[in-house]
Amino acid sequence: MSDILEILLSASFWAAVIRIAAPLVLATMGELICERAGVLNLGIEGIMVIGAFTGWLAVYQGMPLWGGVGVAMSAGMLFGLLHATLTVPFGLSQHVVGLGVTLLATSTSSFAYRLALPEVTSPPKIEPFQPLDLPILSDLPFLGEVFFTQTAFTWFAFGSAVLVALVLFRTPLGLAVRAAGENPSAVEAQGLSVTGLRMGAVIFGSGLMAMGGAFLTLSAFSSFFFEMVNGRGWICVALVVFGAWMPGKAVLGAILFAAFDALQIRLQQTPLGADLPYQVFLMAPYVLSILALILMSRRAEVPAALMTPYNKGER
Amino acid sequence: MRLEPIPNPSLARRLGLPAAALVATVVVASLLALLAGANPLAVLGQIVTGAVGSKFALLETLNRATPLIFTGLAVAVAFKAKLWNIGAEAQLYAGAIVAVLLGTGAVPSPFVLPVTAVFAMLAGALVLLGPALLKTRLGVDEVVTTLLFNFIMLLFVSYLLEGPMKDPMGMGWPKSEALLKEARLPRIAEGLRLHWGFVLAMIAAVVVYVIERRTSFGFEMRAVGSNFGAARFAGVPVNRVLIQTALLSGGLAALAGWSEVAGLKGHLSQDLSPGFGYTGIIVAMLALLNPLAVIGTAIFVAGIFVGSDAMSRAAGVPTYIADMLLASALLFMVLAILLTKMRVVRG
Repeated sequence: MSDILEILLSASFWAAVIRIAAPLVLATMGELICERAGVLNLGIEGIMVIGAFTGWLAVYQGMPLWGGVGVAMSAGMLFGLLHATLTVPFGLSQHVVGLGVTLLATSTSSFAYRLALPEVTSPPKIEPFQPLDLPILSDLPFLGEVFFTQTAFTWFAFGSAVLVALVLFRTPLGLAVRAAGENPSAVEAQGLSVTGLRMGAVIFGSGLMAMGGAFLTLSAFSSFFFEMVNGRGWICVALVVFGAWMPGKAVLGAILFAAFDALQIRLQQTPLGADLPYQVFLMAPYVLSILALILMSRRAEVPAALMTPYNKGER
Repeated sequence: MRLEPIPNPSLARRLGLPAAALVATVVVASLLALLAGANPLAVLGQIVTGAVGSKFALLETLNRATPLIFTGLAVAVAFKAKLWNIGAEAQLYAGAIVAVLLGTGAVPSPFVLPVTAVFAMLAGALVLLGPALLKTRLGVDEVVTTLLFNFIMLLFVSYLLEGPMKDPMGMGWPKSEALLKEARLPRIAEGLRLHWGFVLAMIAAVVVYVIERRTSFGFEMRAVGSNFGAARFAGVPVNRVLIQTALLSGGLAALAGWSEVAGLKGHLSQDLSPGFGYTGIIVAMLALLNPLAVIGTAIFVAGIFVGSDAMSRAAGVPTYIADMLLASALLFMVLAILLTKMRVVRG
């Protein structure tokens, strides 16, 4: 018990929590926008992989770091366009298309990686985003280490969540997007295009997911590995449900989740970690996600038209 | 644009569009070959010869198709009832674990094969029962829970192979003890590198087909899948049907793991399945969820994998081309099938 307390009181733990939460926040916001507009995007896992790969490759080829983020976002939006075209105007099964997009994006990354670097055995590294050194703030005790030694990309991730929340709930565009996921015929009656709104949401959301993936290669690990996303996309789908489709709650969910993740990593080094097989700790994030879904199952307000394709001709 | 149903789709439309989807996939393959600096025709040719060009290649393809028939059936059954079981990978490993637990001396030898098969199915069914109950009782979406279970199961297998099920003679390699000879599926003929699992998989496909088309459970399952509300209104016990479907689906997926261990590998290792559970989704969708067609699409998909491996060794195009082709084929095919029934109109 005292081990846990000691971990929870250390600044490095909370700095890690914010670091681990950042990519989840980006991808969860991406999924949330899609689902708010009425489209379940199961391409998320693969789109995170393509974002991680393309962002890394661009920087490896000499682009600046933010250029890499832009490349990742564009690649994600491209796969988002594919997903949106098949699921929105054509109304195909969002489950099947989403899994297909995940498979296509993942295999495209592996294929392109092998083409670009045929002979490498250990993944080459890039120079990743560095912690910002802010005058005075970074030197504050505790808070300085937790908040003000993060990278610019981390700030960008949390900032984008604020932006998503503002646009969704404080602008006419956000209202229209949410209405497309709740009551599409009403949107159409207002003279707006449900197809356009939904496609736009899926494409933009996919861009955010890809940036979440790029965070892993450009800010967290500095190399690209095939298995690096490792189910984070699916966890983000669970976080959207856990956050009841509200950006603020979803961010809190991501932070809570990151806290458990950071805790399990540190617990492995304590006497408890020596007693339990390490796999138990690695399972924790997935088990937690399932528990979160169970916990929220009765309370969540699902967008009414989620997974319901809209076809103008039909009533 | 919007979609409008076509009252009586012509035969040309119903055959031509799926054929066009296949052609589109071949075009993608050629483009990828060009990207990799290889001759597209040579690459395509090497994939085909690598898959079916010799007796050895063909048997390798059929061996690879065996687990895919089982996982393809598992997905086809579940998706038919709109139960989104994406967890065939986890259920497969459950079956594999049981095959090793009971096949290394725990069961007297004359019964060992049927006993391990039955308990493997039970284990797979139990793995999917959890997510299915969460869906019917609490409304928890099964897509995410079954996906997450795959990761949990792989870690569990890793724990077993480094702990309680570790082969003491494994020289530090994480694998289980080998199955007893009696617990292994024999080869179909002496000197032929194909085991009875392939035949059992085909039998399973026929059994599933009969269950689906000829029993009241099969009828209820299809009713739940095609219109949940109407099925409930008509008095179909929808939750019970979903649970039963889950048990069948999980059991079928587990047989994939059981037959890989008992027929091919002889032991459990972490790389037993290179994603057979996920590939089962492609197999099932290409077969339009028809259990008999699953046999054909599983052989097709297995051929792409085996052929691409051979091609990759010869032409140097990365073997991941197989996954890209199958993902493209899946997306082209669902679009083509939609367009056989609907047409795009302006307005």
